[in-house]
Amino acid sequence: MRVRRAGDTALLVETGDLETAHRLHAAVREAEVAGVLDVVPGERTVLVVVDPGRCDLGRLASRLPELPLPASAAGGAPAVEVPVVYDGADVDEVARLTGLSPGEVVERHASGTYTVAYLGFSPGFAYLTGLDPVLHVPRRKSPRTSVPAGSVAIAGPYASVYPSASPGGWRLLGRTDLRLWDVTRDPPSLFQPGTRVRFVRSPEGAR
Amino acid sequence: MIEVVRPGPLATVQDLGRPGHAHLGVPCSGAADGRSLRLANRLVGNPENAAGLELTLGGAAFRFHRAAWIAACGAPAALRVNGRAHGMDAPCPVPADGLVELGLPPRGLRTYLAVRGGLDIEPVLGSRSTDVLSGLGPAPLAAGDHLPVGPSSGLCDIGVDVAPVAQPPDVPVLRIVPGPRDDWFVPDAISVLCGQPYEVTPDSNRVGVRLDGPKILRTRDGELGSEGMVTGALQVPPSGLPILFLTDHPTTGGYPVVAVVRAADVPLAAQLRPGQRLHFKPAP
Repeated sequence: MRVRRAGDTALLVETGDLETAHRLHAAVREAEVAGVLDVVPGERTVLVVVDPGRCDLGRLASRLPELPLPASAAGGAPAVEVPVVYDGADVDEVARLTGLSPGEVVERHASGTYTVAYLGFSPGFAYLTGLDPVLHVPRRKSPRTSVPAGSVAIAGPYASVYPSASPGGWRLLGRTDLRLWDVTRDPPSLFQPGTRVRFVRSPEGAR
Repeated sequence: MIEVVRPGPLATVQDLGRPGHAHLGVPCSGAADGRSLRLANRLVGNPENAAGLELTLGGAAFRFHRAAWIAACGAPAALRVNGRAHGMDAPCPVPADGLVELGLPPRGLRTYLAVRGGLDIEPVLGSRSTDVLSGLGPAPLAAGDHLPVGPSSGLCDIGVDVAPVAQPPDVPVLRIVPGPRDDWFVPDAISVLCGQPYEVTPDSNRVGVRLDGPKILRTRDGELGSEGMVTGALQVPPSGLPILFLTDHPTTGGYPVVAVVRAADVPLAAQLRPGQRLHFKPAP
C-alpha cells in the first residue's frame, strides 16, 4: 500500500484494488482513530480525512498500512434485495446496443450479484460492480434533465439506482419502490461501500 | 424570528457542515469560509458551529422581529441597522423590529452574519447547511422566508468589542501541498501552477472556484478511477484548467488532483471573486 498526502488534512491510500479498499475502509472505521472525520473508499483507494488538531498525519501515515484487515469487508451481511419493475425507457436501446433481446437484457441484469464499489455523484448514489460485461454500454450522449428516484440504471461497467430525482445520463432499465436514501434513517443509505446487492424481478415487471 | 426582506444574489444558511457522511456521497458543505463564520459566532457568544447566514456579494436585508445581537464577518459589506452604520467583526445590537441591511462588499465574496442563539431550523444529517450540489439542507433564502432564532440561555457572555481581522491582499497567495496525483502531469506541473497568476472565472460557486490561466498538462492517458476528494483540491479536468474545490465539492471524482490548497488558506479561496487573480505557492 502506498500512502499519499492529499493536502494537510488527508491521506490517500492506494490499495491496488477495490476489495482491499473495502477491507481497509472497514479496518479504519473499526480502529476508531481519534480525529478521523471521513473515510472514503474509491475504486483502488481509501481517502482518510482528519482534523489536524486531533490527529497527526505523519503518525497516521505509518499506522494505516499496518492496520489488520478483516477477511472480508461485507462481514457476512446478507445481500440487499432490490425489487425491480423492468419497464425502463432504455431497455430497447440497450437491447439494440448489445444485440440481445429486451428480455435477455433484463435476464442478465437480474441474474447478477453486485457489490457497492463506492458512492458519489449525489448522496446515496452507489456505483455497483458485477454488471454482466455484455451489458457494458456507454451513457447517453445527452443526459436527461430529470431522472426519477428509484430508477434502476446502467452505464459503462456499473449498475446503480438513482436514490433521489436528479439529472442523469445512465440507461434506465426499470424502477424500484425500495427507499434507498432517507435522511431520517441512520444510516441514511441502504447501500454502503461493500454492500452486496441483488436485483429481483417484480411480477409486474415480467415482459 | 428573522424575516428575509432581500436575500441578495445568493443567501444560504450555513454551519460547519455535515462531515462523516462522505462515504455515502454526502458533501461536507458548511460555510465556504468557515473561519469567518466561526469568528462571527464567537463574537455573539455562540458555539462556533451555530448556524448563521452566508451572503454572496451582500445586497441583503433582514427584519428582526425581536431584539438580537448579531456580528458580520468575512467580505466587508457595509452593515446598517435601521439605517445606521455598524462595523464588521464586532457584536452589534439590533432592536425589536430592526432592519439589518448589508451592502455590496468592495472586496471579498462571502459575508457571514451570526445571530446570538443561532438559526434554529431543522438539521438534516446533523447540519443546517444548504448544500448547493446535493440539495441537502434548506433551500437558498428567498424574500419572505422566516428563520427562527435559538435561545440564548446558557451561551457565553458577549465579551469582545471588536476582533480586528487582517484584510487579504488583492492578489492572494494560496499555499499548496503537491499531489496526490502530481505524477499524472508533466514534471514541472507544480512550477507551472505556481509560476503565473490564475484568474477566477464567473462560473465559480460553493462547489468550486474555476480558474483560467496556465494549463496543467497530463502525461498519462486513461482513467484514474474515482477516488475521494478533499476541500482545497486542485482537480484538473481534460481542459488542463484547474478547479479548486470548495465545501460543496463532490465526494468522489475521476480527474487527477495535482495539488491541494492548505486548509488554512481555503477561507481565502472562498473569498475570491470572479475576475480576481491569485497565486499559488508550494508549501509542503
